[in-house]
Amino acid sequence: MITTTHYLVLSLILFTLGVVGMTVRRNFITVLMCVELILNAANINFIAFSRQFGDLTGQTFAVFVITIAAAEAAIGLGIIVALVRIRHTVNLDQANRLEG
Amino acid sequence: MDWVVANFALIVFFVFAGAAVAGAIGVILAKSPVHAAISLLGTFLAVAALFLLQHAEFLAVVQILVYAGGVMVLFLFVIMLVNVRTLPDEPQFVKKMAPAAVIIGLILASVVAAGIVRSFPAVSGEANALVSIGGEAVGNTEAVGWELYLRYLLPFEVVSVVLLVAMIGAIVMGRKESSDGRNA
Repeated sequence: MITTTHYLVLSLILFTLGVVGMTVRRNFITVLMCVELILNAANINFIAFSRQFGDLTGQTFAVFVITIAAAEAAIGLGIIVALVRIRHTVNLDQANRLEG
Repeated sequence: MDWVVANFALIVFFVFAGAAVAGAIGVILAKSPVHAAISLLGTFLAVAALFLLQHAEFLAVVQILVYAGGVMVLFLFVIMLVNVRTLPDEPQFVKKMAPAAVIIGLILASVVAAGIVRSFPAVSGEANALVSIGGEAVGNTEAVGWELYLRYLLPFEVVSVVLLVAMIGAIVMGRKESSDGRNA
């Protein structure tokens, strides 16, 4: 039988992989993908507890999380396009100055 | 054969959970951003399948539409626009951060694992509550919509403002600046 703990462990693995990826990668695009992984892990938890308690609130909040993730991807990719235009790199180590 | 039939849901869970984790590892290890994006797409689809297992049919479809359809296309579009291949070749990992990352990962994993050691029963709530409004069976999409537009109407409207701000922000950042430094 699948228990809620199964989903929590899966979510934990995805979240940890996302955080580790954010820490070790230099490429801005890949770092944004790792943020998406973390948000997906949060969604898995929402859905698992929604099923556990038979309450739709978790699913409703997962809809909000997906919306925020889409907004974050749009903004982040806009920053990447601006960064490439100004500094000609997607390497986060090169983005170390506030003024263009 | 009887074992397979009896534990079919568990087998489906492990297949898709394995696919999701493999996709996540692929995102971290892939050299090219395009390969990372395809790995991420695999993770999104596997997670959508897991949503189906949990009586979240509406969210499974939203996950595919928004993530696989919208966010992933946006990622691939930007990778194409940026043309990563013309950028100078640089080491893909921050080498000196690797030990720190392993330690952070282990600490994080053990802290969260300690939090979820308490094992939950397979199911305790009523699955019917996820597909019904006031006791009447209508389906998951209608039930989520009912919840979204009655109980959570205000957060729903606030989220639409967030989307508007994100759209304006993306347009402002994507704008070209003219040579004299003023916004064109």
